[in-house]
Amino acid sequence: MAVISTNKDTEALTMTFVAEFGAPVKRVWQVWADPRQLERWWGPPTWPATFTEHEFTEGGRSAYFMTGPEGEKAAGWWRITTLDAPNRLEFEDGFADDDGNPVSAMPSTTSAITLEAIDSGTRMTSVTTFATLADLQKLSEMGMEEGMRSAMAQIDTLLAED
Amino acid sequence: MFHGLADATRRDIVERVLREEQSVSALARRYAMSFAAVQKHVAVLERAGLVSKTRRGREQLVRGNPDILRTVARLLESYEQIWRHRARAIDDILAEDDDPERT
Repeated sequence: MAVISTNKDTEALTMTFVAEFGAPVKRVWQVWADPRQLERWWGPPTWPATFTEHEFTEGGRSAYFMTGPEGEKAAGWWRITTLDAPNRLEFEDGFADDDGNPVSAMPSTTSAITLEAIDSGTRMTSVTTFATLADLQKLSEMGMEEGMRSAMAQIDTLLAED
Repeated sequence: MFHGLADATRRDIVERVLREEQSVSALARRYAMSFAAVQKHVAVLERAGLVSKTRRGREQLVRGNPDILRTVARLLESYEQIWRHRARAIDDILAEDDDPERT
């Protein structure tokens, strides 16, 4: 696996991430389509995800929760807006309450995923978009940043092993 | 609802006033639009906390708020780290395909 490029656009409020994998496009698509594979990589290292619903079709919904180090739970949802197997996926990702109902007062993000065949396997591009600056600030205020910082520390440890 | 910095003029205004404080009329001279239109853009940016406006005599001076832009950069950085972790975890899953003991 190689991270090819990343680009943070503070004005358009997007983060673009490009990585390449040594497996065919159809195989990489499966890690998105199969909830048992998806939940092994979606959550941050200290907050593994469990998908309770995964309606992998255009207009479909998914429901998941992530479990924190103290056993605390954070629930989320997806709404799939575009699905063109095995190359393109777009979805909205938001927060849910304990019963799995979307919390509309909380900001959601939009992700556009593209898988393309290359000689060595697959190039995956992910573009995460925040609708508004107010959303980004809210995520910051919610302590999202703290949780992510602990995830980053763990990632740094992993990277140091290389 | 504030539409972020999706508008090109608003992005340009933020860039300019971060570098240097400018009056609304000086900004208006730079764009092919009316003073009122530029003033409206500034008002949107002000509501979002991206710029602040002070009055000096007859002039309204606009200044950028670098703290907010730093917050944005930091948050986007956090998401980048999350995706780095995700790509690594995906790679681990794909690697199992080649491992005969795990099939």
